[in-house]
Amino acid sequence: MMTSKKRKVRWGFFVFFVPVFLWLFFLIVLPQIELLRMSLVGTDYYGDSGFTLRHYGAFFSEPIYWLTFVRTAGYALLVTFVVITIALPVAFYITKVVRPRASGLLLIFILIPFWVSELVRVYGWMILLRESGVLNHFLTGVGLLDKPVEMLYNDVTMVMGLVYTTMLFMIVPIIGVMESLDDSLIEAAHDLGAGKITIWRTIIIPYCMPGIMSGSIIVFMLVLGSYLTPNLMGGKNSLWFTEQIYNQMIVYFNWNQGAAFGFLLLLLSSAIIWAALKVTGQDWKKVIT
Amino acid sequence: MIRSLPNSRSYTIGFKVFIAAYFVFLFAPLVVTMVLAFNDSMFPALPWQGFTLDWFVGRGPKKIGIFHDASNLRSIRTSIRVALAVASLSTVVGTLAAFLFEQEDFRFKTALYFLMIAPLVIPGVILGISILLFANTVGLFLETHLGFDMQLLSPGFWLVVLGQFSFITTIVTLVVMARLRKFDRTLEEAAYNLGANRFEVIWYITLKYLRPSIVGGFAVGFLMSFENFNTTIFLVGSRATLPINLYLQVRDGSTPVINAISFLLIVVTSVLAVTTLYSRSATKES
Repeated sequence: MMTSKKRKVRWGFFVFFVPVFLWLFFLIVLPQIELLRMSLVGTDYYGDSGFTLRHYGAFFSEPIYWLTFVRTAGYALLVTFVVITIALPVAFYITKVVRPRASGLLLIFILIPFWVSELVRVYGWMILLRESGVLNHFLTGVGLLDKPVEMLYNDVTMVMGLVYTTMLFMIVPIIGVMESLDDSLIEAAHDLGAGKITIWRTIIIPYCMPGIMSGSIIVFMLVLGSYLTPNLMGGKNSLWFTEQIYNQMIVYFNWNQGAAFGFLLLLLSSAIIWAALKVTGQDWKKVIT
Repeated sequence: MIRSLPNSRSYTIGFKVFIAAYFVFLFAPLVVTMVLAFNDSMFPALPWQGFTLDWFVGRGPKKIGIFHDASNLRSIRTSIRVALAVASLSTVVGTLAAFLFEQEDFRFKTALYFLMIAPLVIPGVILGISILLFANTVGLFLETHLGFDMQLLSPGFWLVVLGQFSFITTIVTLVVMARLRKFDRTLEEAAYNLGANRFEVIWYITLKYLRPSIVGGFAVGFLMSFENFNTTIFLVGSRATLPINLYLQVRDGSTPVINAISFLLIVVTSVLAVTTLYSRSATKES
């Protein structure tokens, strides 16, 4: 009796387990292993293929490669910090300041732009900011500018575009945490004479840390892996690391070099997330769920 | 500071101005794109030269509207087919995964859970190239050792579907899991006591309860697939999906037909998003 019941339960387990396992094993684990293998394989002068560290060597010996890498990581960190500083007050306004009825509506308004394709959003910025764009048209019309200025294709605009495209992924987790922050904590601090900065520094930000961390991880990853925004809004002579990967894979058809770059990007992203979690002492599982 | 505390007037006004500026920042590019779809000009720029619907219904020869633009229409059809396939597959596997992680216990469960989360922190570009490389290697192996050519494994429709499926399933799993976690399992026990088997319990009780999140997961999966660029770019064959087709046009200079497509995308996704959000909050209250 017991055994037959147990067998039935196992049968149900396999219905759940097998598809999930196939998905993760064949589309996540094996491809990453293949990525590593391809990055370590190359053909020599005689056309024989074998193990080589050449593609990693190229990364370190060519400044254009590792400089792009450092630049990408630096900008990803910068964007993450900018996003945090904008998202905190916006989330605070929605959860604590505005009337409760209005907060739901505001949240929907915040969500809508992010459902729209990234390409459409970047395109919107392009026709707004470029030399023949809408903003230049207004500024010259009003007389603030003598002649149109190219506002696109520089790093400031690119950072703004990246902030714009990733904003939501910070606001939503922060709102999720902030909603449960008890107002009486802030009231008590206020009654005891704490100023606004003190309240933010000692109560709100520490309380929201789990939300800030999970938001930061997602924002950082999205910026690091983004292609459209840096490609379409950034300067012509400033590459993003994903563009290097794209060039190797699609333009030069050098898959081994592309695999090496891809694996380095994977290492970088994992390392920075790991370091961020260690430094702030957050539990990885708590942040993720 | 907060609702219950007194605030200075300048602080309140300052905060309101900040929020207003934020919303202008949020909607300016979208509004401008939508408005310029109706400008009677050959370029997506001001000055305003009068209202026209040519970029939607124009038949040429100068202005070909979206409804007569064969290349863009074809890419829209491709994108819809990909998105339907990805959303369906992801919803099925994502729901199974939600059951696996919420209702089953097994060795290495935590490890498998981390693996399931991993696609969220792997950049989309890397998912794209790693799946391309892996499919290429497997395809080559099958061709040289077994002598048959797997079309499935060369860049094209199914490879795009697999690539997008690999990370969208994680999102669907998380959406369904969130609801399954709140499920009152005494309902299942009651059904078992009344003689139902596991299959019947899941079919008649748990899945009914999960339906809003399954529908929501399907909608999210559809939208994410429809707008995906980073993973798709490496896996796409000769038939471009809409984001890739749009990218090529935007990069090489564009006509307001892009604005017309954007207009339609913004309207459709907003309607879809608001309905999803609304139905989700409606079920939350009930």
